[in-house]
Amino acid sequence: MNIRTGLWTLGVALAASIATAQAGAPTPKRGGTLTYLIPADAPPSFDGHRETTFATVHTVAPYYSVLIRVPPDDPSSTTEFVCDLCTEMPKPTDGGKTYTFKIRPDVKWHDGSKLTAQDVATSWNMIVFPPKGVTSARVSYYSMVDKIEAPDDSTVVFHLKYATTAFLPALADPFTWIYKKEILDKDPHWYEKNIMGSGPFKFVSYEVGQSIKGVRNPDYYHKGQPYLDAIEGIFTPKQSVRTDALRADRAAIEFRGLPPSARDQLEKELGDKITVQDSDWNCGNVLTPNQRHKPFDDVRVRRALALAIDQWHGAPALAKIATVRTVGGIVFPGSPLAATKEELQQIAGYWPDIEKSRAEAKRLLKEAGAEGLKFELLNRNVDQPYKFVGTWVIGEWKKIGLNVEQKVVPTGPWFQNMRAGTFDVAMEANCQSVVNPVLDTGKYLPGKIFPDNYGGYDDQTSIDLYNKMQYETDPKKQRADMRAYEKHTLDEMAHEIVLPYWYRIVLARSYVKGWKISPSHYLNQDLSNIWLDK
Amino acid sequence: MHRYIVKRLLLAIPTLVGAAALVFVLMRLIPGDVCVVRLGAGGTHVDPASVAACHRQLGLDNPWIVQFLDFLWSYCTFDFGISMWSGNPVVQEIGTRLPVSLQIAVMATVIAVLLAIPLGTISALKEGTWLDHVVRVVSIAGIATPSFWLGIMSLILVLNVTSLATGTPWLPPIDYVPPWKDFWRNLSIVALPAITVGYRYSAVTMRITRSAMLEVLREDYIRTARAKGLIEKIIINRHALKNALLPVVTLIGIEFAFLIGGLVITEQVFNLNGIGRLLVQAVQNQDNVLAQALVMLVVAIFIFTNLVVDVLYAWLDPRIRFS
Repeated sequence: MNIRTGLWTLGVALAASIATAQAGAPTPKRGGTLTYLIPADAPPSFDGHRETTFATVHTVAPYYSVLIRVPPDDPSSTTEFVCDLCTEMPKPTDGGKTYTFKIRPDVKWHDGSKLTAQDVATSWNMIVFPPKGVTSARVSYYSMVDKIEAPDDSTVVFHLKYATTAFLPALADPFTWIYKKEILDKDPHWYEKNIMGSGPFKFVSYEVGQSIKGVRNPDYYHKGQPYLDAIEGIFTPKQSVRTDALRADRAAIEFRGLPPSARDQLEKELGDKITVQDSDWNCGNVLTPNQRHKPFDDVRVRRALALAIDQWHGAPALAKIATVRTVGGIVFPGSPLAATKEELQQIAGYWPDIEKSRAEAKRLLKEAGAEGLKFELLNRNVDQPYKFVGTWVIGEWKKIGLNVEQKVVPTGPWFQNMRAGTFDVAMEANCQSVVNPVLDTGKYLPGKIFPDNYGGYDDQTSIDLYNKMQYETDPKKQRADMRAYEKHTLDEMAHEIVLPYWYRIVLARSYVKGWKISPSHYLNQDLSNIWLDK
Repeated sequence: MHRYIVKRLLLAIPTLVGAAALVFVLMRLIPGDVCVVRLGAGGTHVDPASVAACHRQLGLDNPWIVQFLDFLWSYCTFDFGISMWSGNPVVQEIGTRLPVSLQIAVMATVIAVLLAIPLGTISALKEGTWLDHVVRVVSIAGIATPSFWLGIMSLILVLNVTSLATGTPWLPPIDYVPPWKDFWRNLSIVALPAITVGYRYSAVTMRITRSAMLEVLREDYIRTARAKGLIEKIIINRHALKNALLPVVTLIGIEFAFLIGGLVITEQVFNLNGIGRLLVQAVQNQDNVLAQALVMLVVAIFIFTNLVVDVLYAWLDPRIRFS
């Protein structure tokens, strides 16, 4: 075979492979109504700026646009962000302190008027600098922002106080919907009870605690989308109802996540009529010893609590029954700033040899005079995965002679006990949306810096290590700084014990196409890329 | 009779005030509050400044006594307040759910009465026979079986039977539609919960009907009626059953009032957005205003139902009316 023949053969093979690949990716079909399940009673309000619950996102996100977002077709990426309302992702200027966004000229509100940069800047000012009487739940995410302005109708400029890698991920927060300036100027609370956005679907009706309905926005600016004619979200707080509804095709998908038992049951009963997408979840349970209570002020006792838990063997076993799976440190395992397995294994609670680890735990308890310690684990009255994980942890502690009772309480008393410091050890949750390691790990700072750290400790070294990491913009150096902060938090001081990360299992009828799972149930919920293959 | 009703209504006022005080205090004894639950709902951090602003906005920073007096005064002026959780008027929140609970309660009561009174009467009349044994087994099983469990089992049965029969599992719709919008769809949604709740309800009523009938059938006046040569049908319907119904009516009244706010788990199993589910949400969310309103509603329903029962007593037993 000569060179020409070889090249020709290669060309044909390449063309064939491209054609095959294209043929393998089916063309989205237009039409149909997607019925999906919202595993909540009802959102407290429709205002994303104000609320923190997924119930608001799953109910209302399809009706709104955002400035930037995680890529809808690759939402599991922890580093990539794309424009929604902007025309292209900007390169920061002024030493990383200024971001200038150009706004698309072809965006219309659902009332037919034109969306401009003034709407975007006003919405963002409401989020970052809420006026008196307006609640914004995420003000603390934007402490780096100095000023937001719209010099003309197509430009929005964010001026930062300092350059930080935390800014873009924070800007892609899925709750940061763009509202109409004219409405906000008249009544900043209007969006709590009303819906009027520029997203892929137009709001039709809402039956409180029952359902929400929307129809396709024909003027949507991402041309060709959305593919669906209509959407209907049905509120179904009970898991058994959701499983049965998927089984009987009363609904096509549930976006938050179901436990492994539901997956196993539906896979067995429905075979290829159901599809499963799963992912590590940027949420995890964290054990917080209360250092205001003796003997938890003793680092030896805290380290013993960590050393007793066999994360490497426990996580895969738990994954069979609970929505947890991957062992990780303070940073979400999929992120470039996360610790590798080898790095984790240097930290108390992650040692590969559990017998050695438990022997050390017993030695530390003896040395601290805390053998056979009896205490209470404060836990939240939520099955998945809180109570499963709590029960597992108590079993692990029993293996070093600790006698622990689980106190399970509803959400209100759970928060109240932690805020008041009336607990021994608390099972907390650290649940975030966009993977933003710098902000996500602020949770482990002492209470005087991060008010809802409930450990009751002060630690200047921790603050210094965090600040060094926070202001570092070189990825390699920042990673090293993160390791130092992590080692100090989990190993040297054992302020917190990070348990296996949650695992998200999303079940859908197999005719639902286009939607991709992400590491958070808050992300990728505008439903614009979903289509029905039936 | 009119004076009696007015007297009973006046007596309801201290009962309502007592219930108001009790629910007010109990709701505030639960640690935490609606602001903390709401702002921390996602498991993310709770910003103390936002919590303080929320407290101010909802008046939770006022002393308890001020909050209680506000609560009493607003009820005196028929202003039932705004839900702390959703910001919607409480009347709207309850108004959306009440028809669902009311429909289930009425349907379950009709099923219960239609089953319980004939079967309880037959069981008493045929005491010791196989028919009596069958009715007793049915009623004891109904009492022993929680209606929510029966609900779950009935759903599984429907899914499996339809799957076996047609190859495609079928389930009643999960989004409630009022009967005036789509009668058949509504019926397919409420039939199973009404039957499962009605069965348990009928089982209790059946037992009471049977024992009351047995007691009445041994009375002297029944023996006298038989001795006079009255036909059995008249003895049973006019003399025995009417008198035996006194405890049965009481039970039906209490059960009906309970069904309005007490079908918490059944409503969840069938995804019905009723009063019971709303009450649980209100307590979980620590929405004091809504929880207080719902408890007051249930108390008012109990008071009203008891009044109706007492009036029915007077109709069933003339001795009560004359005294």
